[in-house]
Amino acid sequence: MSNGDFPSMDIRLPKIKPGIIKLSVVGLVILIVLFSSFYQIRPEEMGVILRFGKFVRTTDPGLHLKLPGIEQLMKVPVQRQLKMEFGFRTEVPGIRTEYSVTPETQKESRMLTGDLNVADVEWIVQYKIKDAFNFLFKLRDAESTFHYMNEAVVRKIIGDNSVDEVITVGRARIALEAKEELQSLCDLYEIGIEVNQLIFQDVNPPPPVKPSFNEVNEALQEKERKINEAWSEYNQEIPKARGEAEQLIRGAEGYATERVNNAEGDANRFRAIYREYARAPLVTRKRLYLEAINEILPKINKKIIFDEQMKNILPLLNLGEEVIK
Amino acid sequence: MTMTKQTIQILIVVAAFLVLFILFNAFYIVSETNQVIITQFGDPIGGAITTPGLHIKVPFIQIANYFEKRWLEWDGDANEIPTKDKKYIWVDTYARWRIIDPLVFFQRVRDERGAHSRIDDIIDGETRNAIANFDLIEIVRSTNREFEMTEEAVILDLASAIVKIQIGRERIAQIILEKSSKTTPEIGVELKDVKIKRINYVDEVERKQFDRMISERQRIASKYRSEGDGKSAEIRGQKEKELLKITSEAYRTAQEVKGKADAEATAIYADAYNRDPEFYQFMKTLEVYRNIMDKETWLLLSTDAEFLKYLKSYRK
Repeated sequence: MSNGDFPSMDIRLPKIKPGIIKLSVVGLVILIVLFSSFYQIRPEEMGVILRFGKFVRTTDPGLHLKLPGIEQLMKVPVQRQLKMEFGFRTEVPGIRTEYSVTPETQKESRMLTGDLNVADVEWIVQYKIKDAFNFLFKLRDAESTFHYMNEAVVRKIIGDNSVDEVITVGRARIALEAKEELQSLCDLYEIGIEVNQLIFQDVNPPPPVKPSFNEVNEALQEKERKINEAWSEYNQEIPKARGEAEQLIRGAEGYATERVNNAEGDANRFRAIYREYARAPLVTRKRLYLEAINEILPKINKKIIFDEQMKNILPLLNLGEEVIK
Repeated sequence: MTMTKQTIQILIVVAAFLVLFILFNAFYIVSETNQVIITQFGDPIGGAITTPGLHIKVPFIQIANYFEKRWLEWDGDANEIPTKDKKYIWVDTYARWRIIDPLVFFQRVRDERGAHSRIDDIIDGETRNAIANFDLIEIVRSTNREFEMTEEAVILDLASAIVKIQIGRERIAQIILEKSSKTTPEIGVELKDVKIKRINYVDEVERKQFDRMISERQRIASKYRSEGDGKSAEIRGQKEKELLKITSEAYRTAQEVKGKADAEATAIYADAYNRDPEFYQFMKTLEVYRNIMDKETWLLLSTDAEFLKYLKSYRK
């Protein structure tokens, strides 16, 4: 390729005084130096300054100066509450947060329990960067290491609990144990992280087993229902029977009172009559007798009076006819 | 040939740049996060430089090779391993490592990629050995903590089903670490904290395990159902018993009350009538007559009857 292929360099730059060029170059350099000297640390952050790669100081929020080109700035969000999720991922945070569960996150949640059963445990951990120096310089990939630590610690503790403890009664205790163990592991690793909270989300038996766990709940409810039904029958019938028993006893007591009163009445009446009778027994007897006869006979429709000497007419009376009537 | 003034100026600028370039190459920075090995024509010179800051070397001839100083992570692939009790499980471990001897590291594995594949071999091998030496329960559990005896646990008789462990998960991880650590210094690497991250059943075993879990739950469910039946029958029995008790007690009390009253009445009557039993008989008989005779009664009376004697004669 020859130069002839190109049009000759013929562009004319406008004439600028050399003094102006020098000035603007110097100004530009000063500007760049200034811009790279000042830096701002936001309220939730901490600045870490390295001079030729060596850690020299940390800086708090605000506007600061550093040596341009020599000192290097790293920002660490020490005040920010950070969160990691295990077994699921928040897709869209908000009032109606959307979650997703992928085969990868499912692997995070599946674990063996101490009775060699299987559970799906989802949890979140909230943490802060406590020590920016350790976080940056003690280990590389502090966050992914923290992720592994979480999985190991939670699995270790779940491995010491039965599936029933994991799913129901032990949840809060296990979460607390896991948090404490995770914190001490963080301290051991000098990872510079402070664990604020470890919270279990959904803790479930694996999907193929879930219906049988629900069946247990149903059976438990059925048991309660049967017992309640029996008690309700009991509560219906026993008070009723008690009332009826009371009624029977009160009746008997009534009878007793009546019986004694009647007896006393009869006895008193007899005594009264007898007192008078004893004074004139014969005439009283006659009177009583005749009074009775007087009372009885008018009530009787068929009265047949026959003479002692004519007893033989008796068979002539058509007694049978009357009786049949 | 004479140099013009302009040519000299250009030469000076070029020389200055050259000097600067050489000077720059003479300096190197060791940061908080790395360490440096200086090589001269590929041969390592001196030990590792680990103190952070600005350092000097011979420009161009010596080259600074950077190595990470911080703890690094190693995450192995999950391995399918049979335990001593022949349960096939996936075991997934992680570890931390760092370059403890950059020179050896540089000579043996060159870079982190090379190191990773060596560590893979070492830890995977030791993991296999360790896992195969222990029963599954030893790998799952860390302590002999006793499970909380929930109602379900009691039904399944979990207490007697649990095998006590001798070694435990932590100790097995420790064994893997100790065995692996014997080999890693050969590549200038120090290992720390091998941990078992995940253990899971292989699919086939998992399916069987699920079947076992299902049958366990069914056992619990049927226990609950029969408990419901049993308990409710017990309550009904209790109810029947109490009903019979209540009615029979009431009957007894009623009879007693009545009997007492009857006895009292009898005593009262006896006391009164005993004064003249014959008169009582007379009175009572008259009363009976009054009661038994009504208009349906036929009365055949003989004139012999006392009260009819005046019907035949007025005589005394």
